Amino acid sequence: MAESYDILIIGGGPGGYVAAIRAAQLGFKTAVVEREHLGGICLNWGCIPTKALLRSAEIFHHLNHAKDYGLTVEGKIGFDAAAIVQRSRVVSAQLNNGVGFLLKKNKVDVIWGEATITKPGEVLVSTSKKPAMQPQHAIPKRTLGAGTYAAKHILIATGARPRVLPGLEPDGKLIWTYFEAMAPEKFPDSLIVIGSGAIGIEFASFYRSMGTKVTVIEILPQILPAEDAEIAAHARKRFEKQGIEIFTSAKVTKIEKKPEGIVATLEDGKGTWVLETERIISAVGVVGNVENLGLEALGVKTEHGVIATDGLGRTNIAGLYAIGDVAGPPMLAHKAEHEGVICVEAIKGLDPHPLDKTMIPGCTYCSPQVASVGLTEAKAKELGLDVKIGRFPFIGNGKAIALGEPDGLVKTIFDAKTGKLVGAHMVGAEVTELIQGFVIAMNCETTEVELINSVFPHPTLSEAMHESVLDAYGRVIHM
Amino acid sequence: MPIDILMPALSPTMEKGNLSRWLKKEGDKIKPGDVLAEIETDKATMEVEAVDEGVLAKIVVPAGTADVPVNNVIGLIAGEGEDPKSVAAPHTMPHPSAAQSHQPSSPSAQVRQESPTPASAPSASAPSPIASANGQHGPRIFASPLARRIAKESGLDLAAIAGSGPHGRVIERDVTAALAKAPARPAVEEGRAPSAPVPPSIPSDEVIRQNYALGSFEEVPHDLMRKTIARRLIEASRTIPHFYLTIDCNLDALMNLREAINEAAPKDKDGKPVYKISVNDFIVKALALALIRVPDANVTWTESAMLRHKHADVGVAVAIPSGLITPIVRAAETKTLSVISGEMKDFAARARARKLRPEEYQGGSTAVSNLGMFGIKSFSAIINPPQATILAIGAGEQRAIVKNGAPAVAMMMSVTLSCDHRAVDGAVGAALLAAFKALIEQPAGMLA
Repeated sequence: MAESYDILIIGGGPGGYVAAIRAAQLGFKTAVVEREHLGGICLNWGCIPTKALLRSAEIFHHLNHAKDYGLTVEGKIGFDAAAIVQRSRVVSAQLNNGVGFLLKKNKVDVIWGEATITKPGEVLVSTSKKPAMQPQHAIPKRTLGAGTYAAKHILIATGARPRVLPGLEPDGKLIWTYFEAMAPEKFPDSLIVIGSGAIGIEFASFYRSMGTKVTVIEILPQILPAEDAEIAAHARKRFEKQGIEIFTSAKVTKIEKKPEGIVATLEDGKGTWVLETERIISAVGVVGNVENLGLEALGVKTEHGVIATDGLGRTNIAGLYAIGDVAGPPMLAHKAEHEGVICVEAIKGLDPHPLDKTMIPGCTYCSPQVASVGLTEAKAKELGLDVKIGRFPFIGNGKAIALGEPDGLVKTIFDAKTGKLVGAHMVGAEVTELIQGFVIAMNCETTEVELINSVFPHPTLSEAMHESVLDAYGRVIHM
Repeated sequence: MPIDILMPALSPTMEKGNLSRWLKKEGDKIKPGDVLAEIETDKATMEVEAVDEGVLAKIVVPAGTADVPVNNVIGLIAGEGEDPKSVAAPHTMPHPSAAQSHQPSSPSAQVRQESPTPASAPSASAPSPIASANGQHGPRIFASPLARRIAKESGLDLAAIAGSGPHGRVIERDVTAALAKAPARPAVEEGRAPSAPVPPSIPSDEVIRQNYALGSFEEVPHDLMRKTIARRLIEASRTIPHFYLTIDCNLDALMNLREAINEAAPKDKDGKPVYKISVNDFIVKALALALIRVPDANVTWTESAMLRHKHADVGVAVAIPSGLITPIVRAAETKTLSVISGEMKDFAARARARKLRPEEYQGGSTAVSNLGMFGIKSFSAIINPPQATILAIGAGEQRAIVKNGAPAVAMMMSVTLSCDHRAVDGAVGAALLAAFKALIEQPAGMLA
């Protein structure tokens, strides 16, 4: 037996590495097993590099509209696709490196390879057979290698991967997942994005900003299906104005691959459409990585393709825990981080409160941005709540006008009986940076009174949040 | 740098405690290990020991202060070379609310809990008499705005609700849970007309006092133990569906065995026997073995699952001045009578001194409450949550019984088992009592 740990974490993504640091802080001897890249999908092939790409798109957009702000730009405004991708890889590499530093600083061992749980308390690590997605960051120095490791507690934090639809299997060339979409050799002239969740819409927004002809196909009646219908409708209008073509309640029925493109047939209830496109991005959700871990042999209970846990990360097998995407939705990095911390603190015998999944915010970094927390209006009504709803458009907000971003909406939903804030939904510039104000309010169980009494700084976009609350109680000022 | 003396947490769940007295005065020299102050929680009194050396520069929280939050600064120690007087300057004053003294004689120090609600709040205009009656006295209650509003509108007293939020804060779920448990109140008409204040489920202190002429009674404020007993027993009697089973046990064989065991006790160097087993020690052991024989009764109810215990942890109610406490003999089925007897003597002594540690009285699957020494023939006891049963022991007494068809005299004892019907059904409770009776009447079985 090579080495023995208090806590061994399989997967070095945002759930795993954060859990490892917390475990080390609590005095546990801790190790992380990682097969590909510290920081997981999030900061290698997800959240972080896409934000770098979208930042390039945003600046490109501003350059193209410099005249609106009284600025002149000499010469042709253009871009270098390879340099944009390269920048996103550098950003990712910096953070990937940072995770290695944090683990080292906290004396967490990193074991490089693929893990299988042979029995509770024992993990076999073998050299990874999965070819790493290229370009790959450097493997951290001083990692441990293949071997058998003992651990009192084993956390499964293996994350998720793109869901594959039959007939739409990604081939890395014509049909992309987020991996290929993030590091293309050149930006395509035309693109179909299948799936309009956060991932799909962000790529649609990015490529449209870079001049690609983009079509979005969503099987449900609404784009951004997890969001409030009113917010999604507002966003859709903006996307369509930017030239993104959107089909909802639509399904791809046929794919015909040509040497330099694809002919896709789709049906949307109104008719059958045949579209020619250079590339397709399949963004139809993600599935938990539950395979090849030895879970079946151990009898670990799974539900709907993810590991069943009890709110403190415990599986049905003593000593085995699961956190993050592999433990179920919402599959978000910030949810994984909290689950990791909660799980480790519960092992320590501290008394963490189980994560309240109704208060996990969601952010989509398209243009305009979308951010929300809590119940949508439809869901609140479905639950039989008597609600008070407030709305405030950015057009009534001084800062939004000054920024040149007058398109936006803040919607707040209160339980009419108690004044409890049950949901907040926003679309518009920088709303992803605003939503945490409502998240804190919900976690502190404020009512409308505390929100109304709080002084919001002027001039900020956040005043639109205040006004939205005022509107819910018939007291809006700037409208 | 002066060293802060912090309010210690005596258990992982402790949120606040009373600072009952200081054993050092300002200006006293302190060395590590010195007892600085005594802290009282709901169940125990603990000593705060100095870790550092220096001079007690300032007492920040005076003796007799109730509900001091854990980790608040209660005093300051000046280190070597520091002037205690300059240290005592209020540069590290704790949060004002935490330092408040809640003695009734200083009304200026009291904290109002109910902040006035702006007139805009549509439904908060009718003040609830209960909330305001209880809101003006006593320590500050930490509660979320939402919890406050729901409590106020439902006529619930926040002080009576245990908080499960951060630092013991009362949050929405605590109030809604209390609301679900509270007896149904008269339906208030739906609609816009402002309804009359909701009548309280428990009469307010003022209403109770009005029954007695002024000056005809003395008012003794509750200590934390009394409040805890009240809260837990209300919880138990409201939430646990109790039923009761009574059985008579013949003690003749047990009394003989007890005499033989005690006579056989070795003597220490002062000539005193090293153990003296009581009838109660036999009862603890018999109940523990009976629980192991009837594992269906060795359980704890939770909403999602039954906790089936692997050992029999038996609590024993110990009466102490102005209250009671139930220390627990862990895995009593594995312990000999003399070990149980020794543990009980130690528990009883430390319970009276209020020196039990929380882990010594929390948990357990059952308890024994014995009022036999007062001559009580039989009674029924309220279950001590989270336990599933409690056994009430009556006096052992000579009774006329029928034995083999003829009258005879025997030493008899009646015991009554209270069961949580959610966890223990009638037949299971009866099986437990039958196993208990068999062990008591054939006590040699306990020695095996």
